[in-house]
Amino acid sequence: MIPNSKITDEVVKEHGLTQDEYALLLKIMDREPTLAELGIFSVMWSEHCSYKSSRVWLKTFPVSGPKVLQGPGENAGAVDIGDGLAAVFKIESHNHPSFIEPYQGAATGVGGILRDVFTMGARPIANLNALRFGDPKHPKTKHLVSGVVAGIGGYGNCIGVPTVAGETNFHPSYNGNILVNAMTVGLARADRIFKAAARGPGNRVLYVGAKTGRDGIHGATMASAEFTEESEAKRPTVQVGDPFTEKLLLEACLELMAEDAIVAIQDMGAAGLTSSSVEMAARGGLGIELNLDHVPVRETGMTAYEIMLSESQERMLLVVKPGAEKIAERIFAKWELDCADIGVVTETGHLVVKKNGQTEIDIPVAPLVDQSPLYRRPHVPSPRRPVIKAANTKAAEPIAALKKLMGCPDLASKRWIWDQYDHLVGNDTIQTPGGDAAVVRVRDTRKALAMVVDCTPRYCVADPKTGGAQAVVETWRNLTAVGAEPIAITDNLNFGNPERPEIMGQIVGCIEGMGEACRALDYPVISGNVSLYNETNGQGILPTPVVGGVGLIDEYTKTVGLGLSKPGLTLIVIGETKGWLGASLYLREIAGWEEGAPPPIDLKLERKTGDLVRGLVRSGKAAACHDVSDGGLLVAIAEMALAGGIGAKLDAPPAGIPVHAWWFGEDQARYVVATDDPAGVLEAAKAAKVPTRRLGESASRSLTLEGGGAISLDELRAIHEGWLPKYMS
Amino acid sequence: MKAAVISFPGSNRERDIMMALERAGARPALVWHGDAEIADTDLIVVPGGFSYGDYLRCGAMAAHSPVMKAVNEKSARGTPVLGVCNGFQILIEAGLLPGALMRNASLRFVCRQVHLRVEDSQSVFTNAYEKGQVIRVPVAHGEGNYTADPDTLKKLEDRGLVAFRYVSPEGKTDPDANPNGSTDAIAGIFNDSKTVLGLMPHPEDATDPHAGGTDGLGMFKSLVNALH
Repeated sequence: MIPNSKITDEVVKEHGLTQDEYALLLKIMDREPTLAELGIFSVMWSEHCSYKSSRVWLKTFPVSGPKVLQGPGENAGAVDIGDGLAAVFKIESHNHPSFIEPYQGAATGVGGILRDVFTMGARPIANLNALRFGDPKHPKTKHLVSGVVAGIGGYGNCIGVPTVAGETNFHPSYNGNILVNAMTVGLARADRIFKAAARGPGNRVLYVGAKTGRDGIHGATMASAEFTEESEAKRPTVQVGDPFTEKLLLEACLELMAEDAIVAIQDMGAAGLTSSSVEMAARGGLGIELNLDHVPVRETGMTAYEIMLSESQERMLLVVKPGAEKIAERIFAKWELDCADIGVVTETGHLVVKKNGQTEIDIPVAPLVDQSPLYRRPHVPSPRRPVIKAANTKAAEPIAALKKLMGCPDLASKRWIWDQYDHLVGNDTIQTPGGDAAVVRVRDTRKALAMVVDCTPRYCVADPKTGGAQAVVETWRNLTAVGAEPIAITDNLNFGNPERPEIMGQIVGCIEGMGEACRALDYPVISGNVSLYNETNGQGILPTPVVGGVGLIDEYTKTVGLGLSKPGLTLIVIGETKGWLGASLYLREIAGWEEGAPPPIDLKLERKTGDLVRGLVRSGKAAACHDVSDGGLLVAIAEMALAGGIGAKLDAPPAGIPVHAWWFGEDQARYVVATDDPAGVLEAAKAAKVPTRRLGESASRSLTLEGGGAISLDELRAIHEGWLPKYMS
Repeated sequence: MKAAVISFPGSNRERDIMMALERAGARPALVWHGDAEIADTDLIVVPGGFSYGDYLRCGAMAAHSPVMKAVNEKSARGTPVLGVCNGFQILIEAGLLPGALMRNASLRFVCRQVHLRVEDSQSVFTNAYEKGQVIRVPVAHGEGNYTADPDTLKKLEDRGLVAFRYVSPEGKTDPDANPNGSTDAIAGIFNDSKTVLGLMPHPEDATDPHAGGTDGLGMFKSLVNALH
């Protein structure tokens, strides 16, 4: 018997369902749902879980390739890296909870993405994060930075996975909606990747890990709505993390995975027991019956609604092989974790949930998942911005502009942040935070994985398609600069309210640009996450499609960093410098002008240039390498000088290009290489038909511009390293 | 040389220290915290991490686990014991070393390369170093701010029981070179017989020329020299 309930329009609205969506629910159920059933439809059809606004567009991404072992649709994606090993990775957002409760929001974001990766049978080897905060002058920003950084560190440090790379930017558009995107990379045996499809009617369903409490109920629904003034009253919907329990869960799961015991495994993330059981059943085309009386709970009197929707952390759902229950019990007892038999796989195709002998939920799984709302929302393209001629922009003196840029919030050193992250645990971190990409060794092999996260939202708002492509391309360049062969990406699409056609236009444009870049670079998307409704009172964030890239290095001793480590190296810019200042950091920080079309992307040129540079690094011709991005050439050189502690003496810019455009233009497809063998580099570039130009030589402890002044590294370092600690003190 | 590396729930640098021991030529083996006995071994290592989540005082829970009784007994009979980071905290909680480790003066976790001055090269842990040598190794902790009562501090100084101090690259003590506010820049200490060493920094994460340099390898080579 289904207990009767009164589902009013008001109740439906509170659950974030439209009248049309509720009508669809009634059609599927063929009766009025119970409150618990309504709760399940509500979370499963939330934007966060169903991707209802983005799904039609996500389908356009290239998701396959010779190295792809698992594309989007599982807990994380996986690629083949040889030696019988797979790299497993994914990025996920925890934006809304982190704004409401920064420490716990960020911490549980890290915990969630770690679970997604070890659910696949992979041991996590590195964490990364992409953070966006509001204007540093906004009264909340400092508090949010402090809490988010402490939360990320608190979780990752305790569980013992190094946090090796990230990016942190500031812009007023994030004042009411910060972005916290966390990525995890893990290693698994390529032939032992675990999936989440339930199989074998009669197989038992086990609940393992922490107990279920009332925390985080309706987190997924919260993450699918705009913020208003009342949002901070939503603190109870934020979960609390326990990294120690997660460490035990990680070790216990990996130990169980080494046995022949698991049929399917799924972490309980957003929408908890609901999404894990529904997704397992849906992927297997089967049903699941759960008895909530056996779920380990930490509070008394919890209803079916609460247990099914709780987002308590550090929990997993398993389907085990017949007779394997005992093995699981033994291993989880060793790690002092709960392991409860809460149900069975069935042939009914229904999710049936019982409590106190009563059937509280009985939903056909296939229509719940397959008929979930899908919107092709109206979209309008972003207005085209004019191309800004460099000659029409303010010409600042180069050293003065460099000082301002190196100390501006977006470019200032983030050492204050990464000092709080254990980036060394594991003893395999070959390249630490602060470079183009982090490099982490693949234990017991000569290989290493390079990894990075990146996005340039000011390009995305100026021209979504170009900005989307640029985000992909910049990660590809970052991986290339350390000598890695880029393999695949994961993406975290952060946007405003998709019900507004201009925001939907940004989403569509960015996805088009990303897909085009991925196809041109053979750099498929293997996992990802979408975070929409990043708006407060109708003000959306800058479009921020964060890309996480992973690349392979065959010989870890052959990677290079960006630091100038000795005098006498010749600095050469690979790629052509035209001096594009539209949508540049120079224009924003020096001229106070957030305008103009962003630098165009030529994907063929990117590929040709990157392949050349990777060859230079791998053949040992490049002693240091850095891609040219935010702030242009002079900023890139300054970063190389500070990283290695050696300055540079730089030649005068070529004639025919304004001096400030030469030094600060953000033309794409460029790298700076420092070399002992300039003739070899120039010859290789010539053979590849890639333009180059000598920039000068590494020398002394200052940066000297021919005819343009000089600055000591000590002064430059004080500016670059000073801003964030001073701001946070 | 055989080394027993104790693993508690929440330990996370046991693999790092096993790599370092192997690089120095030792044969490490993991010992589970629930074991009441430790097999025949030349060295006991208590590694870093967050034993029991550090939800009570750091190291306080681990200090009372079954295996620590065996560690105490072996130590009393002269088996050298090395505690790194959380292991140092555990050895203090277990009464094998004096003093206390408080939250870093900055109140923030800190992970960075630091310079240490080797204050004594006459121990099983430090004989491969020169006295006064400056080495570069990382720290990664939130509670490494060493303190003790004045009598204990005086005894440590008088008897030469300070093993390492945080210094500048030039070897000078300097508040900027002290990552956590430790009294007298103390980074590591010995027990009275110099058979127990506890330190906050991670020499095990400085044993590879491609991952943080090799300045930490001397400690593991010292142990192999002395205990082979």
